[in-house]
Amino acid sequence: MLVLTITGAIFLIVAGMLLYVLIRFRSRTAPGAIEQEPPQIYGSNQIELSWTVIPTLIVVMLFLATARVIYTTEHAPKPTDAVDVTVIGHQFWWEYRYPTLGVVTANELHVPVSDPKHPQPTYLTMSSADTDHSFWVPRLAGKMDIIPNKVNTMWIDPEAAGLYLGQCAQYCGVQHAKMLIRVYADTPPEFAAWVAHERQPAVADPGAAEGREVFQHNACISCHTIRGTVATGRFGPDLTHVASRDTIASGSVPNTPANLRSFVDDPAHFKPGALMPPMHLDSHDLDAVTAYLITLK
Amino acid sequence: MATQTPVTEVLDRTVPKAPRHHWLEVLHGWVTTVDHKRIGLMYIGYALIFLVIAGFEALLMRVQLAVPNNHFVSPEVFNRLFTMHGTTMVFFVGMPILFGFGNYLIPLMIGARDMAFPRLNAFSFWISAFGGLLLYFSYFGGSGLYGAGSAPDVGWFAYAPLTAQVFSPGHSTDYWTLAILLSGIGTVGTALNIVATTICMRCPGMKLNKMPLLVWLYLVTSCMVFVAVSPLTAAQIMLMLDRYVGSHFFDTQAGGSAVLWMHFFWIFGHPEVYILVLPAFAFANEIIPVFSRKAIFGYPAMVAASVGIGFISLSVWAHHMFAVGMGANADTFFVLATMAISVPTGIKIFNWLATLWGGKIRFTISMMFAVGFLFQFLIAGLTGIMLSVAPFDWQLTGSYFVVAHFHYVLVGAILFMIFSAFYYWYPKMTGRMLSEKLGKWHFWLFLIGFHLTFDFMHIPGLLGMPRRVYTYEADRGWMIWNMIVSSGAIFQAIATLLFVYNMVRSYFKGDIAGPDPWDAWTLEWSTTSPPPDYNFAKIPSVASRRPLWDLKHPEDPDSNYEMTLEPVDEETK
Amino acid sequence: MTEGAVIPNSPNEGWELPSRGVVGMACLIVAEAAIFVIFVVAYVFYIGKSVSGPMPKDVLTLPVFATICLLSSSLTVHAAVSALRHNKRNLCSLWLAATVLLGGIFIASTALEWYQLIYHDGLTIQTNLFGTTFYSLVGLHATHVVVGLIMLSLALAFSLSGAMSSKHSEKLEVLSLYWHFVDAVWVVVFLVVYVLGR
Repeated sequence: MLVLTITGAIFLIVAGMLLYVLIRFRSRTAPGAIEQEPPQIYGSNQIELSWTVIPTLIVVMLFLATARVIYTTEHAPKPTDAVDVTVIGHQFWWEYRYPTLGVVTANELHVPVSDPKHPQPTYLTMSSADTDHSFWVPRLAGKMDIIPNKVNTMWIDPEAAGLYLGQCAQYCGVQHAKMLIRVYADTPPEFAAWVAHERQPAVADPGAAEGREVFQHNACISCHTIRGTVATGRFGPDLTHVASRDTIASGSVPNTPANLRSFVDDPAHFKPGALMPPMHLDSHDLDAVTAYLITLK
Repeated sequence: MATQTPVTEVLDRTVPKAPRHHWLEVLHGWVTTVDHKRIGLMYIGYALIFLVIAGFEALLMRVQLAVPNNHFVSPEVFNRLFTMHGTTMVFFVGMPILFGFGNYLIPLMIGARDMAFPRLNAFSFWISAFGGLLLYFSYFGGSGLYGAGSAPDVGWFAYAPLTAQVFSPGHSTDYWTLAILLSGIGTVGTALNIVATTICMRCPGMKLNKMPLLVWLYLVTSCMVFVAVSPLTAAQIMLMLDRYVGSHFFDTQAGGSAVLWMHFFWIFGHPEVYILVLPAFAFANEIIPVFSRKAIFGYPAMVAASVGIGFISLSVWAHHMFAVGMGANADTFFVLATMAISVPTGIKIFNWLATLWGGKIRFTISMMFAVGFLFQFLIAGLTGIMLSVAPFDWQLTGSYFVVAHFHYVLVGAILFMIFSAFYYWYPKMTGRMLSEKLGKWHFWLFLIGFHLTFDFMHIPGLLGMPRRVYTYEADRGWMIWNMIVSSGAIFQAIATLLFVYNMVRSYFKGDIAGPDPWDAWTLEWSTTSPPPDYNFAKIPSVASRRPLWDLKHPEDPDSNYEMTLEPVDEETK
Repeated sequence: MTEGAVIPNSPNEGWELPSRGVVGMACLIVAEAAIFVIFVVAYVFYIGKSVSGPMPKDVLTLPVFATICLLSSSLTVHAAVSALRHNKRNLCSLWLAATVLLGGIFIASTALEWYQLIYHDGLTIQTNLFGTTFYSLVGLHATHVVVGLIMLSLALAFSLSGAMSSKHSEKLEVLSLYWHFVDAVWVVVFLVVYVLGR
């Protein structure tokens, strides 16, 4: 607010004076008539001093206010029951690991709502597996870059439950625009239930056994993890509970069986340049794998 | 608008040479020229061509972004478009146009016959020109992941490690690096020429505190070039070594740092934008006084402010990196430095205001663009102050708010002042006046388009839209703003084409200008339009900052009144 | 108003401005210094950060002899300029030759050092961060030395052919400024790489 007041006031004053000057001192000579030159004024040391000193004071004031906010934010003390999440940026998806809670997921971040009387913020410890990214959910916090070989931390502290949208804010390659973020601020019971669910290994539905076989005998397992199976790849998103997510392809496509099938068949259909290659499965295998994936709630 | 008091002694009486007819001879003349005026015109012409091309790239981007999830261009093409648009506008439009004007005007304004090193001048032009052609050759040549042709797609600031071989295979990044490296050599050459010319070739009587402010500003700009362009050159050498020789400057796998590239780039990048804006200030310092009919207010303060801006701008670079995690101490330092630069910048705006105050303002097209510059630069500076508040910046950096801010400076301030400079000096360069009628259409259409696009562009930024996205989701509420922004682009395109038409048409059909159509006061107006090859029949000598004012008002010359930094005792005068 | 275009309060006498060549070379030196600063910053930033491979203290020895040669060459080139100013052409040729020789010894010494590092110690620009920053910084300097040697050799050729005289002394002085700059950079590189970094 302070910033807006200062800049707004400066604008109104200076622009106002400019407008006044342009109107009051415009040349009123008829075209063709010879005009007398106005009195030539070369300067005034006192005036120069005044409009050096006053802006300097404004700058000092603004600087002190800003410095205070910087230190309060960056050095905020961390409450003991804050939730810890490790965020790893990939081209073009988000990996979320909850080290103390034993949860690994991708693309949809669940955090508990924070009660102002007993704050429970979520601390994000972030780095990148490849190029630069940036984590930005505007309604929750400013952005923080995610840089390989560097660890950055930030905290978010949502006070209202709901879904918060964001996206990657540092150009990271072809599909930068589709590296979307979905943060679900859950009430404490909802969050606890989600954590408990996520810690379970993958659902082993016997009806989807054929699809599971297809999955395990193809290259899928070298990139993806499905806990409780032989799939332990880390290059792509964790799929253990993929069917419980609202979206796939990092928030850009609704999670429906048709979309899942289409994505597995050819990721470039939704996200040209996504690093997952087309799997070249025939139609039958594709149906089976899709049927398997939708059981992974 | 012929001058009121004819100044006949200064007019050159030489009969102009008979025109050459054979086009090969004409071409040869231009290709081998070392005349600063011709080189200046070549820089300007070359920059205008790239202005149209890069503007077209922007138009394509705006069509793609007008609606969410558009398929007008593919993501690969869009990413190349924004990279090429930014790179072209900074290095092959902004720099050449501003150094072109400098090349043309500086020797004339200091009463010299040419620059200090004419052959270096020509070399600098041709190497920069080659750089531009190399960059655009990338659309046709080179290999890469994306098939035939691969312009660079890493963004104009090419952050590591996206530029490493593993993430950018093929040669697109190399085109970017080499083109800019060559243009950088040209820029340093021109800057060297400007400094040597300014220090060593001023006409008698023109002490440093009697130089036109334009020359002062170009001197400061050129000094900044030496210190700012070299870090980019160094960083690009390091990038090339990483990509081809296997070094690890920015190789995070080997312990290298991506943040180091950012520091090196922005140590260049921030002063670079001041290198672009100081010449715009230079133009304002010449044009606003003439059309207010008053001397510039506070010449010594203007010099001090310009030098101050030059120095401080070398220390603010990491305000582009507030979201990188540098720590509270570093963030705070750069907040302070950035805010500090607003003080000398504000002084300049106030001095222009004071110049207008009490004047008799003539609203020629040149002046109208200058007035646009004043309002728009004010706003751009204020959004800059907003961004300097790091916590604000944590939200706004990397978003369309920043894009709106810097386009406000680059287009609203710099390009407007460049248009103003064109309308003001075109008569000197060609001997003809630009059409004021076409100029009015150009001005108003461009103004409307500019504000439609860049005022409203702040809003998607505030609503969370990041930059460099080839599309966006429909559920974020950004569409209506993007549509308005895109609509403004069309007005600007038409206005620019009108301007180019004005320049071509007026060359053949414009009113004859005469030596001094604006009744101005600096030395370039004392010779013919266009000037002869040797500029001045006799090297002038001067006694004040406005030699032609002294000639036109012999009863009241400037030398009686001029302010210096030492206090003047009025009684002794 | 018969002289010049404007009121001459103090016409052309006594109007002396610095020489273009000196100003131009000063500008070039500033620009080149800025490039070196960036490479030095990269070197210093990466001290101790190499993940593997030979470390500076394992493989570097102080190049004392080469440094003495290079720094002495500043004295000899200064002597050459001085000689030319007094129109002593043969003496000038002698000092120029000495400069080229001393510079040549420096380059040869660097080449030997690199041979040792590459083939016996296994340090290349690809090995680790130390290799990257060492070869680029020292190599950039060596490149500037080579360019300077080429120019000095040209000057020597002109001098031997008898084409140079005292009226060219300013041009030679400009070249010597470049050579002094190259030597000053070596002082910095020496301190950063061989003293600080080891």
